[in-house]
Amino acid sequence: MTDHHSDIDSVTGKSTTGHEWDGIKELNTPLPRWWVITFYLTIVWAIAYWVVYPAWPLISSNTTGMFGYSSRADVAVELANLDKIRGDKMVALGAASLADIEKDPALLALARAKGKTVFGDNCAPCHGSGGAGAKGFPNLNDDDWLWGGTLDQIMQTIQFGARSGHAKAHEGQMLAFGKDGVLKGDEIVTAANYVRSLSGLSTRNGFDPAKGQKIFAENCVACHGDGGKGNQEMGAPDLTDKIWLYGSDEATLIETISQGRAGVMPAWEGRLDPATIKAMAVYVHSLGGGK
Amino acid sequence: MNKTVNPNDLTLEDDNGPLYAARKKVYPQSISGTFRRIKWGLMAFCLGVYYFLPFVRWNRGLGAPSQAVLIDLPNSRFYFFFIELWPQEVYYFTGLLIVAAVALFLMNSVGGRIWCGYLCPQTVWTDLFYAVERLIEGDRRERMKKDKSSDPMRLERISEIVLKHSIWLLIAWWTGGAWVLYFNDAPTLVKELVTFQAPMIAYIWIGILTATTYVLAGFMREQVCTYMCPWPRIQAALTDEWALNVTYRYDRGEKRTSVKKAAELRALGQQVGDCVDCYQCVAVCPTGIDIRNGPQLECIQCGLCIDACDNVMTKIGRPKRLIGYDNDINIQRRQDGKAPVYKIVRARTVVYSAIIAAIGGFMIYTLATRSLLDVNVLHDRNPVAVRLSDGSIRNAYTVRLLNKSGYDRVVAIDANGPANLTIHVVGVDSVTPDRPMIVIPRDSTSELRLLVTAPAEGNPEKSIPVRFHVTDIGLGEAASATDNFVSP
Repeated sequence: MTDHHSDIDSVTGKSTTGHEWDGIKELNTPLPRWWVITFYLTIVWAIAYWVVYPAWPLISSNTTGMFGYSSRADVAVELANLDKIRGDKMVALGAASLADIEKDPALLALARAKGKTVFGDNCAPCHGSGGAGAKGFPNLNDDDWLWGGTLDQIMQTIQFGARSGHAKAHEGQMLAFGKDGVLKGDEIVTAANYVRSLSGLSTRNGFDPAKGQKIFAENCVACHGDGGKGNQEMGAPDLTDKIWLYGSDEATLIETISQGRAGVMPAWEGRLDPATIKAMAVYVHSLGGGK
Repeated sequence: MNKTVNPNDLTLEDDNGPLYAARKKVYPQSISGTFRRIKWGLMAFCLGVYYFLPFVRWNRGLGAPSQAVLIDLPNSRFYFFFIELWPQEVYYFTGLLIVAAVALFLMNSVGGRIWCGYLCPQTVWTDLFYAVERLIEGDRRERMKKDKSSDPMRLERISEIVLKHSIWLLIAWWTGGAWVLYFNDAPTLVKELVTFQAPMIAYIWIGILTATTYVLAGFMREQVCTYMCPWPRIQAALTDEWALNVTYRYDRGEKRTSVKKAAELRALGQQVGDCVDCYQCVAVCPTGIDIRNGPQLECIQCGLCIDACDNVMTKIGRPKRLIGYDNDINIQRRQDGKAPVYKIVRARTVVYSAIIAAIGGFMIYTLATRSLLDVNVLHDRNPVAVRLSDGSIRNAYTVRLLNKSGYDRVVAIDANGPANLTIHVVGVDSVTPDRPMIVIPRDSTSELRLLVTAPAEGNPEKSIPVRFHVTDIGLGEAASATDNFVSP
């Protein structure tokens, strides 16, 4: 390498870098000193940062830094503050009766907002994010309720669940008439067609309504009632309406009658605090189907 | 243009001259005259409006702020005398910004950068700071002498400097103080500021604006206009040959001679220029340029050189306006012996004025006819529709009612679209179940959950429009919104 400092460009009088391309030389224009110093300062800053803040990933954790800072702890503090701010309102929510909450626009808005969040976290996996349900999981927007659609009934169902194992849970289930040998194959088909006829759906050729009525009277009325209107005490659905939890086609009904149904709704008491359960009851009620 | 430069022709100065030119401090001399008076007047007006507007009161009734101009950020409201704007009406500001921009273009096409010379905050505050400086340290010559002096500082000089900066800081602090008053009730905030009860953010903003005012008007001054501001660059693309810029009429001024020599030569009947090379135009210039070099990037069109030159011309008995608001076309015409032409009305100015009138008019029209009652409807997305046990169909909507007036309203909600529909508002037991009545408090929004139910029979199995009408049952004011009713 030549000593480029001695290579002076004749036009500008400045030294060149000594690099030459097709007769064109590059002037030696070093970075300004302040720039270089700033650059070194950023390196110093980075090293200091590694020491002060959590920086390096280790096998199972990471370096914690001098003061043990963590953004998760920051969030915890923020959330605690939020609870403090919301405290009064949530206390008011816990103290008010369910009916009063729906009457008070401010409390209703709070309950709906709170309920919606909690619903998304806890209920949406089965009932869908909008409460639209799915096969075997009731749609909470409609006016058909297995265990009752008043505010108190909804809250009770959320608190204790259905067949959840909780002492106060809703009990009662659809028996497996086929599996348990109570009804034979052709009787099940007849019962299925009779149930379809209750809500005006078509029946298969050769279906005998009188035989169906007899089977229904002997086996089903105990829970579903004389006219098949259902019984909310037992969670027995109304068989005459347009809403079907599992489906209204013949095959599904045959499956339901022979295998039985016993969907589970978990109990939320103990998992969610009372004010939150109240908020969720109001939210579900306000989805539109509430009585 | 593409002249090849022979390196040997370059002077030593070109070789070694740095690309960076150190600032030459400007010491503008005091001056009196027409344009200086206009500048004083506009300064008094602009600063007066800025500093005192927050204290102007405006009665909006109980519970509403009584400040004429208020930007209420926590409550998302903007108050301007009788106008109250909500965040969703921010397009009025868009209109205002368009009008402001085009007004700037119009000004520029009429008189060049007169915005810069008379109205720009940078000019106004710099002018004020210069006035303070002049009052304390004396005029141009004295200030130059004091700055150059290498004598050790005497108490007198130190006290001058301290006094000047104290007054500057006081003005700067007041500037920042006035700024925060636009965001809160002014008298209350002043009380809080004095007793140190004001929120921290108020002090921070006062600090920021004190610093910017002090630095920009006290130290940066004309450098802001020359190096930092984009407007001088933009305006070059917006001006034309008819714009009246501050112009040295070289047709009349050249050749420059002394007063004495000019008189002698005139006595001999010879042609002599009016410029006596007194450099008064340079002495008064706040950006330190010589206007006789023609239009320049640094020139802010303040017209102080016109005042300076007019004073000199009056003294030596020559006609005024050797420097004036003029253009090269007129210089050319005078040289050709024709009368100057001033074309203020031309395509450019007419179009700008038309744009201002059109947008301004449209804004005023929409503002005057805007409704103080509004409704927005959002259809539930999940589920979009629900089948009820009797087979009928229900859709749920989130309805947002906006009451922009200063009084509470009772409104009735109607819906029509699907045959035989019924509506219900969750949480509202209305005495008129088919037509729910809702109270919307003054200056607020109410969000409701509204259910529309219609039998499956008689309604097509597809999306049909549903229209929601909201009627103020007292005043008859109405608003409506349309959405769709769909089947599952």
